[in-house]
Amino acid sequence: MDESLLRTLTPTVISILVRRGADFAAAEDAMQDALIEAVRVWPDDPPGDPKGWLVTVAWRKFLDAARADTSRRHREVRVEAEPVPGQGEMADDSLQLYFLCAHPSLTPASAVALTLRAVGGLTTRQIAQAYLVPEATMAQRISRAKRTVSSVRFNQPGDVATVLRVLYLVFNEGHGGDVDLAAEAIRLTRQLFALTDEPEVAGLLALMLLHHARRASRTGPGGRLIPLAEQDRSRWDTRLIAEGVTILQAALARDRLGEYQAQAAIAALHADAPSTSETDWLQIVEWYDELLLLTGSPVVRLNRAVAVGEADGPQAGLAALAEVSPDLPRYAAVRAYLLERAGGLEQAAELYAEAARAATSLPERDHLTREAARVRQLLQA
Amino acid sequence: MAKYLLLKHYRGAPAAVNDVPMDRWTPEEITAHVQYMQDFAARLESTGEFVDSQALSPEGTFVRYDGEGRPPVTDGPFAETKDLIAGWMVIDVESYERALELAAELSAAPGAGGKPIHEWLEVRPFLYAPPTITE
Repeated sequence: MDESLLRTLTPTVISILVRRGADFAAAEDAMQDALIEAVRVWPDDPPGDPKGWLVTVAWRKFLDAARADTSRRHREVRVEAEPVPGQGEMADDSLQLYFLCAHPSLTPASAVALTLRAVGGLTTRQIAQAYLVPEATMAQRISRAKRTVSSVRFNQPGDVATVLRVLYLVFNEGHGGDVDLAAEAIRLTRQLFALTDEPEVAGLLALMLLHHARRASRTGPGGRLIPLAEQDRSRWDTRLIAEGVTILQAALARDRLGEYQAQAAIAALHADAPSTSETDWLQIVEWYDELLLLTGSPVVRLNRAVAVGEADGPQAGLAALAEVSPDLPRYAAVRAYLLERAGGLEQAAELYAEAARAATSLPERDHLTREAARVRQLLQA
Repeated sequence: MAKYLLLKHYRGAPAAVNDVPMDRWTPEEITAHVQYMQDFAARLESTGEFVDSQALSPEGTFVRYDGEGRPPVTDGPFAETKDLIAGWMVIDVESYERALELAAELSAAPGAGGKPIHEWLEVRPFLYAPPTITE
């Protein structure tokens, strides 16, 4: 059975149910029930028209639930009052679902969970596993999120920037379980890309593809981090890189730059280089300058200092770092890196050890401890 | 089966036999250590004895309630705190002896010079819900 097809159909089916008069929360529940039934029934008895099957079953689930509900009469009135959808509205409806699930009234964690369920078609259990929380906790998070957006009108225009932030989080902060959240984020961003005409959607999709292309080379045995400079670039996925670059170029040509396009441009310059030393660092610094203008983000300033260090030497990098707050996560690691290149091995080793103590993940901590150890070895030699 | 917490301390446990801070090991020794820990957890999963394993950041803060409508009071981190938890592993095993045996194995993880650290780990039994039949 094609589970990804099932998932792709999720937003469409929910939209149809909402058009027929179901409220979003009930439609979403009915769709989950229909998904579970599809997983049970389809392997032995695949439907000729999967979407039609899902709409029929989900609608029946909705009616069953509505009948069981005390507010039944209230709902039936609304079902009759609701207009029948025209075909042309389908694409807009799916887009509305993205907006609703990323509504600004939701916390980021709630928006992520709701998006993965109602747009992504994942089960609560899969989402719970991915974020390492008990299933009951995730179920509560989702139902609270649904309550929060229950008063939002479905056809209210939304801001695509909030949707992009949610998809970025899914891509960037996936953890465990049997669901590949990075691939899921790419799938959802692709869908959004097909529904909209925003250069920043293209920018985010390109950014994801360009980073995903490097995935196999980013970790070694046992999840060990491999920094960009040491990655085996022959393992980068050239097909994904080509696709990302094409999408990015088309977006940049429209001359409406945004932060995701700028980040993707940096990723593209890395993807294009045969090695760290042959990387166009000057252009990367220019993109960081653009990014800084767009966001004013201290993290961008920190990363820019690394690029300046590569383009103009470690002393220039350290000068750029002087404009960054030392409280920033990874500040010590960046300073250690630049100091080592400038010949300050003693201080670099101390700073790597300090950075390891402040690390926010185990692989990062192990990596920085190893860097401290490596520099100490250089000192002894 | 009974659950036990194996606690690893940054500070507060007696000194290990092979007591060299990790950033003074060689990179290869660090890699070997990390590998040992991962293999250990994987093996416990395969024997059906693994429950959970987490590592903690060394930076912590003490917090307490300070009365209605007032923000929480925070204090610390204290450099002189005598006990500091680094992380834990929860195991579900047949006996106390098995818990000790596994803790000792974990303590034998390789450190400086590739030799076992002989680190002191704390073994703490979980408290349970009362049984149904008590007489």
